[in-house]
Amino acid sequence: MSAKTPSRLEKILDSGQLAVTSECGPPRGSDPEAITKKAEMIKDHVDAINITDNQTSVTRLSSLASCIHLKLMGLEPTLQMVVRDRNRIALQSDILGAASFDIHNILCLSGDHQVFGDSSQGQNVFDLDSMQLIQTVRLMRDEGKFLGGDDIKRPPKMFVGAAANPFADPFEIRVPRLAKKIAAGVEFIQTQCIYNLDKFELWMKQARDRGLHEKVYILAGVTPFKSAGMAKYMKNRVPGMDVPDEVVKRMAGVSKENQPEEGVNICVETIQRLKECEGVRGFHIMAIEWEEKVPEIVERSGLYPRPKDL
Amino acid sequence: MIRSITQQKPEEELDQLLEGLGRIFIIGCGTCVTLTQTGGGPEVAKMKEKLSQKGKMITGDVVVPVACDNLTREALDEYGGRIDQADALLIMTCAFGVQTIARQMKKMVVPALDTLFIGKETSLGEFNEICTQCGTCILGETGGICPVTSCHKGLVNGPCGGTNNGKCEIDNDKECAWTLIYNRLNELNRLDAMRKLQKPRNHQGELSPGKWTSKLEI
Repeated sequence: MSAKTPSRLEKILDSGQLAVTSECGPPRGSDPEAITKKAEMIKDHVDAINITDNQTSVTRLSSLASCIHLKLMGLEPTLQMVVRDRNRIALQSDILGAASFDIHNILCLSGDHQVFGDSSQGQNVFDLDSMQLIQTVRLMRDEGKFLGGDDIKRPPKMFVGAAANPFADPFEIRVPRLAKKIAAGVEFIQTQCIYNLDKFELWMKQARDRGLHEKVYILAGVTPFKSAGMAKYMKNRVPGMDVPDEVVKRMAGVSKENQPEEGVNICVETIQRLKECEGVRGFHIMAIEWEEKVPEIVERSGLYPRPKDL
Repeated sequence: MIRSITQQKPEEELDQLLEGLGRIFIIGCGTCVTLTQTGGGPEVAKMKEKLSQKGKMITGDVVVPVACDNLTREALDEYGGRIDQADALLIMTCAFGVQTIARQMKKMVVPALDTLFIGKETSLGEFNEICTQCGTCILGETGGICPVTSCHKGLVNGPCGGTNNGKCEIDNDKECAWTLIYNRLNELNRLDAMRKLQKPRNHQGELSPGKWTSKLEI
C-alpha cells in the first residue's frame, strides 16, 4: 500500500504510525457552532474527524456541510456517506461537492434503515449499496469517470473507507465480507465498537490468515460507556452490537458517579490491548455526545502527541 | 398461487372518502381478496351492514369472479340500474380491480382496500412478497432467494452489519435475507457466488414508477 491521495490520514497510515480518528454527530439544527465546538475539543488529538450522515436515520445538518465547516477550520474531515437517502446521481454529485472543498476522506456506508429514525414513513433509496459506493468512488478517482461512463473534469481525490462489523452474524461471513469490500476497492476500515475483544481478535486472526491486513488499513472502533445504562442499551437494543455480560457487570459494579470513569478505563484498556493486535493500524474513537473525553482517552492510551509534519 | 395482497383501509379514512356520498354500490372480488379475507362475500356483507348503520344507502352489492379481468364489465352490466343510482362504487378489491372497474364504468370509484404487494400465502394467514418484479433477476446467484425483495435495504452484495441472531435489524420476527442466502449457498456448496460483486442495479429494467412493456415476444 502506498499513498494515492492528499489525505493526511492516508499518509499517517502509510508511514506505519497508528492513526487516531474520531467523529462528531451534526446537530438537529443549523447552528454551525454545534460542529465547530466539538471539533475544537478533539482536533489536537486526532488525525481526522468523521462527520456522521443522519445517523440512526434521524434528520440532522448534513454531513457534507459539516465537513466543509471542519475544512474551513483547517481540519481533516472524513465524509460519511450512507446510500439510504440518495440515488447515484445525488451520491456522485455530493462526492464532487466534497472534492471541490478538497475533502480527502470518505466512508461508504449502507446506513441504518429509516424505520429507526424520525422519518420512518419515508422512501428508502438504496439505489447503490455500500459495496457499489466504494467502487463508484474508486472509479471516479482512479479512472476519472462517472458511473455512466462520462469523463470527470478534476476527479475527486479521496481515500476510501468503509465499515466492518466483526460481531454481526453469521460470524463466518464477516471476514469474506471484508475481503469483498477490499476487492471492491476499500482502503481503510472502521470497525463496529469493540467490547468483545476475544471475538474481535479471532476475526482479526482470520483476516490475517487471508493476508487481508496487508491490503487494507483497519482502524479498531471503540466507544466509551458513559453509564451502565448505556452499556445495557447497547447490548440489548443496538443491532449488530456485541457487549459481553462481564462488561455490563463491570459498569454496573461501580457507583453511578464513577461509571463515566470506568467507561473510559474500559475504553483505554481496549485500545492498549488492541495496539498489540497485528493488523490493527489505528483507532476510531466514537465518543457519542461525549467528545470532550476523546483527548483523555487518546493521552491515556499512549497515542499522544499526534504526528505533526508529514 | 400468486395473489394481490391487500388490507382494509382504516375506518376513519374510508369515512372521509365517502363523505357526502349517500348512495353506495359495493363490489367485492372472488379471487385474491377472498383468500385474504379483505373483499370476499363475508367482508362485503359486513361492509354493507356497517355503512347502512352509518346512514348510507346501499344501492346494491356484488362479488365479481375476477375484478381485474375485462369480463368484469359484463358481470357488472347486470346491475346497471343499481349502479346508475349510486353516487360512488366502493370497491373492495385490489388496485388492479379498482382501476379495471374505473376504466369500464363512468362512475366515481372509492377503494376500500390498500394494495400492499403481489405475493403468496406462505403459511395460514401469512403472506410474503417473494418478488418485486424488478426486471433484473439475480436469483441464479443467490440460491433462489431474492434479496431485492426480502432484504429491507434491497442489498445485492451481502448483508449489512445489523443482523441479529439471523434476524433483520428492523424486525426480530423477520429472517435476515442474507443469512438465508448464506445458509442456502453453504448447503449447496456454492458460497463462492457471494464473492461476485453485483453491479449497480439497472432500474430501467423496471421503470418504476410507470412500469409497462410493449416488447414482449409472444
